[in-house]
Amino acid sequence: MRRWPTQLLRLYIAAMCVLLLAPIAIVVVLAFSGDGYLRFPPTSLSLQWFARFFGSLQWQRALLSSLIIGAIACVVSTATGFFAAYAFLRSEFRGKKLLLSLLLMPIVVPSIITAIAMYYLAGRLGLIGSYLWLGLSHAVIAMPIVLLILLSSLHAVDPNLERAALGLGAGRVRVFCRVVLPIALPGVLSAALFAFLASFDELLISLFLAGVHTQTLPVRIWNSLNLQVEPTIAAVSAFLIGVTTLILIAEAVLRRQIEQRRRRAPA
Amino acid sequence: MTITIAAPAPASLAAPRVPPDRILLLLAPAVAILIFLFLVPLVLFFVRSFTEFDGTTADFIDQAWDLLLSQAFLTALATTNWIALIVTATVLLVSYPIAYYLTTGTGSGVRIVLLSIVLPYFTSIIVRTFSWMVLLGEHGLVNDTLLAAGVIAGPLPLMYNRLGVLIGMSYVLLPYMVLTLYAAMRAIDPSLLRAAAGLGASGFYTFRRVYFPLSLHGVLSGAMIVYILSIGFFITPALMGGQHDVMIAMLIDRSLEVAVDWPAAALMSLVLLLVTLALYAVYYRLTDIRRLIGAR
Repeated sequence: MRRWPTQLLRLYIAAMCVLLLAPIAIVVVLAFSGDGYLRFPPTSLSLQWFARFFGSLQWQRALLSSLIIGAIACVVSTATGFFAAYAFLRSEFRGKKLLLSLLLMPIVVPSIITAIAMYYLAGRLGLIGSYLWLGLSHAVIAMPIVLLILLSSLHAVDPNLERAALGLGAGRVRVFCRVVLPIALPGVLSAALFAFLASFDELLISLFLAGVHTQTLPVRIWNSLNLQVEPTIAAVSAFLIGVTTLILIAEAVLRRQIEQRRRRAPA
Repeated sequence: MTITIAAPAPASLAAPRVPPDRILLLLAPAVAILIFLFLVPLVLFFVRSFTEFDGTTADFIDQAWDLLLSQAFLTALATTNWIALIVTATVLLVSYPIAYYLTTGTGSGVRIVLLSIVLPYFTSIIVRTFSWMVLLGEHGLVNDTLLAAGVIAGPLPLMYNRLGVLIGMSYVLLPYMVLTLYAAMRAIDPSLLRAAAGLGASGFYTFRRVYFPLSLHGVLSGAMIVYILSIGFFITPALMGGQHDVMIAMLIDRSLEVAVDWPAAALMSLVLLLVTLALYAVYYRLTDIRRLIGAR
């Protein structure tokens, strides 16, 4: 009786999965094309576009910029976000919800506005093209993600363990470093991965704040798409997709650890 | 429906309270970053752009009105709203069955669907847009296939027009909707569905009268977040749109890149920001923003 709607749903779901993954799969295939221009399906396969990507000084510099800026954003947003998330979970104060909604605001404010405003200030301060400043600016975008992930995963930290450690005479800082941090570690690492990814993939802020020498990979892809599409960007895109995939796999491993710890903790 | 941020522990097991001064210390770095790198730039951008205007206040108000009532701005406003509405509706229709399958299905099927949502979700927007440009171009895969199959005589205009913008934006925003719906649907108590079935309701009747109404909350918050994100969209419409698809964000960008008109950029940004924040305030009261990462 309920057969055919179920079959129809399955068919639809299968079609959607293909539609959702196909664009990404096609870019990856194109990256290995042996042809002289972007054509699908490619008539031959080669690594020429990857060779051009990793062999070009400009692309190397862009990759390096992306890595440096991503690392700064990742460290800064994870550290500050972790402290803030812990404070949110272990306290009650007036305006807590308002503060959280403020800290999450960078997600919803249109990035073009954020980017222009940051550009305005950085221009006045002469900080256009500074790795550190760009990394810190990316930390603003990454912090909401860190907070959201940690607010959910820090539940795994059983308050009783902290109470026990406190009762046994450990100081607050010691409890934080020796009890809270080790237990929260998988969640913190997973937040750090997504913070890095948020910066690594970010385009608009980099577009406005990067000088000539600090252009990131997304900025160079953007420039190429606006001027003349060079086939190298298929290889660069495939590289970015590869990074995303690796981070998602690492996160899946970490998530399993979080779940295990949560199961051990009493509800 | 409102957010509880604290751990849901019973009072006797309540978390050890950290003293207030330590709380302040823990929050300070995050708040400092938010203030100095986000709020200060925003406020400065608006205040300074307006105060740097040459001329009297009356002149400024005149010009501001001229700008806000200009054909270009009103058209962009209408275009933005229209695109955002269509994208929201499209994404909602496409996502609902996917989220339904995710909550009711089991096994490897669910894992594959989750992968096909999450992998695009975390792939750079510029890469996702590029991938659709490869598909939809004049000599893209879609046109080539249709031409080869003899379905069409000449290439269809799939990109650099409204259709391209809608396809690209829907693809980018779909995961937000699916994850929001998924979180809402997971909260639906399955025993209610069994009760309805036990009382003799057909599968479709149960869906229409029990499941769907209970999922409406997710529908509303999903639609709101997609609409909020749509109206500020820049990258995809800028790359895939035609000359008639200028959205607000693009107009703001142009007023700087082309005209270097800071007051105009600030004024249009202010309108977009106020609309966004007003909608965010409603959204925040309505929903748990943590749903965006698929958490309950």
